[in-house]
Amino acid sequence: MTVELSGAEIVVRCLQEEGVEYVFGYPGGAVLFIYDELFKQSKVKHVLVRHEQGAVHAADGYSRSTDKVGVSLVTSGPGVTNAVTGIATAYMDSIPQVIITGQVPTHAIGLDAFQECDTVGITRPCVKHNFLVKDVKDIAVTMKKAFYIAATGRPGPVVVDIPKDVTQAKAAFRYPETISMRSYNPVTKGHAGQIKKSIQTLMKASRPMIYTGGGVVLSGAAEELAQLVRRLGFPCTNTLMGLGAYPATDRQFLGMLGMHGTYEANMAMQHCDVLLAIGARFDDRVIGNPRHFFNEARTIIHVDIDPSSISKRVKVDIPIVGNVRDVLREFMRQLDASKEKPDPEALKPWWAQIEQWRSRDCLKYDRASPIIKPQHVIERLYEVTRGDAFVTSDVGQHQMWAAQFYKFEKPRRWINSGGLGTMGFGLPAAMGVQLAHPKAAVACVTGEASIQMCIQELSTCKQYRLPIKVVNLNNKYMGMVRQWQEFFHGNRYAESYMDALPDFVKLAEAYGHVGMKIEKPEDVEPALKEAFSRKQDLVFMDFVTDQTENVFPMVPGGKGLSEMILV
Amino acid sequence: MRHIISVLLENEAGALSRVSGLFSARGYNIESLTVAPTEDATLSRMTIVTTGSDEVLEQITKQLNKLVDVVRVIDLSDGDHIERELMLVKVRAVGKDREEMKRMADIFRGRIIDVTDKDYTIELTGTGSKLDAFLKAIDASAILETVRTGASGIGRGDRLLRA
Repeated sequence: MTVELSGAEIVVRCLQEEGVEYVFGYPGGAVLFIYDELFKQSKVKHVLVRHEQGAVHAADGYSRSTDKVGVSLVTSGPGVTNAVTGIATAYMDSIPQVIITGQVPTHAIGLDAFQECDTVGITRPCVKHNFLVKDVKDIAVTMKKAFYIAATGRPGPVVVDIPKDVTQAKAAFRYPETISMRSYNPVTKGHAGQIKKSIQTLMKASRPMIYTGGGVVLSGAAEELAQLVRRLGFPCTNTLMGLGAYPATDRQFLGMLGMHGTYEANMAMQHCDVLLAIGARFDDRVIGNPRHFFNEARTIIHVDIDPSSISKRVKVDIPIVGNVRDVLREFMRQLDASKEKPDPEALKPWWAQIEQWRSRDCLKYDRASPIIKPQHVIERLYEVTRGDAFVTSDVGQHQMWAAQFYKFEKPRRWINSGGLGTMGFGLPAAMGVQLAHPKAAVACVTGEASIQMCIQELSTCKQYRLPIKVVNLNNKYMGMVRQWQEFFHGNRYAESYMDALPDFVKLAEAYGHVGMKIEKPEDVEPALKEAFSRKQDLVFMDFVTDQTENVFPMVPGGKGLSEMILV
Repeated sequence: MRHIISVLLENEAGALSRVSGLFSARGYNIESLTVAPTEDATLSRMTIVTTGSDEVLEQITKQLNKLVDVVRVIDLSDGDHIERELMLVKVRAVGKDREEMKRMADIFRGRIIDVTDKDYTIELTGTGSKLDAFLKAIDASAILETVRTGASGIGRGDRLLRA
């Protein structure tokens, strides 16, 4: 006779089978049986957060900094609704996650039971897929499907909603080794003919440009991208989500593009004649007004795993649907076989133009300022960590400065909420990163507004001894809101001033951490050095920065990519 | 332009809401949507009538294909197809209307499926425009109730939509 296990035990066994290292979660009535089973074993470690949003962000940071699926576990009702922001964040940035949610018992569903909510309905628009498991016999296959769907194709979060009685019921356990679904067959290999056509087009280009996004990071194709870019000798730019996919200190790198991209990247993007877009989706923060973008004629080649990303905002001439890594390998294979070589001479005028744009030095700022400039903090952070830290961020000006001034050389080092733009993401994400990389330097670049959205996670950091370095760029304003109000709302700073701020040093100390307040530019570097030398401690650095500093360049909303406001 | 899209999807709880949710979330039009299980009980067949530019239709098909529950999608309007809609109309049938309604139902090849001393219920099948024409042809004040299923469509000949 086969041994029967409870649904809760099956859930935990599935996590073990998937090799899950950490589950980020928060217990509650509907998931008590699952917690009981987690308690009885030691393979899967549970990390107790202080708010469910933190759990999903932490699993997210864990996933972004590795190539693994992040896992979180929350209870029904408010546990789920608190997690929704985290789920939507992961969805917008295509991060593979499995979120296990408790549900009221099957007999109580639909009766407005205590802590009941329609989890499948609420999360449906912000998940790649979701399941309600109504029979204990379906748990194992559903969990297998969840991990498979989350990690394959264009990745994304998958919710598995399990009613309490299903976790209590018993069934035989067998974890499927493989899964096949007739309705879900993601493509991998790109069309060889389209790739051939692309190469012919690229060889004829006189003003080529390579624009890459998060897809390169997600598919683990940074190495292939570097090979291709160097081989072709073309300029390359990364989106906010794609930073680190191409080494930022390389001469062929033009910096980030988009709303706060560099002058040279945006100008090259606007004026190129052939654009090779790889794992990027031409979103509004990247190309600005699409009509203005089409004022210049160019041939667009677009590589993406998601067919719906192609020709969504801009019409594409050569679409290539496929996994970025597979497609880039095929590009290299065909380039090797082809007799055609890019002609560096023919590209000289284009590079000369780019160098002229580059000499505009669009990221310059007042380095002699007696008040701490936020850019100065990020530059020192880059130096002190030798460009090798994992950097998470929240959302706003500090995020843009981190993206502009920390030169990421490797993928999966820059972790931020690009699509949804979730304030409160940085600290919990850093927890996941630090757990995945216990010995690595992990910095959370944040602001006094963002950090307060998930500040309770400082308590989690204490419990698990996570030596994160919080870089708080404190200008007492929701800086990006203030910047828009200055530029577009007649300097009327409606509700963007952060009054009654806590004493962050004392607050950090209250949570059992080290707090530092830094007020002078010359103290920035010593403070960072000291903080990063404290390998065991979380250090909260509160930098008092220039309140009037703005992020430049800036493409105002609705404007064209080349219509930048420059400093 | 009007398009008629056929979708083959897993016959699972919530599959319909994934499709309708997609249309509302992305601002696509739905003129009508009809769904029922096929001869294979694990599959449902859905017909969606929508309007939009070529770009919008391209996105609709791609987004539908992206749904994990969706097995296959075709735009029937891309080729030869047949579409039919069923309508039940309850009309007042007293005095001189009684004979007239019977005559109109016959002309449109409708069938009277329920009769009382005051009204008829007429069943009518055809394209949407035929059903519209019937409603226009009869005295509007005589219409008591109208129920329409929305269009169902199928490709002609060997144009098949199978799993």
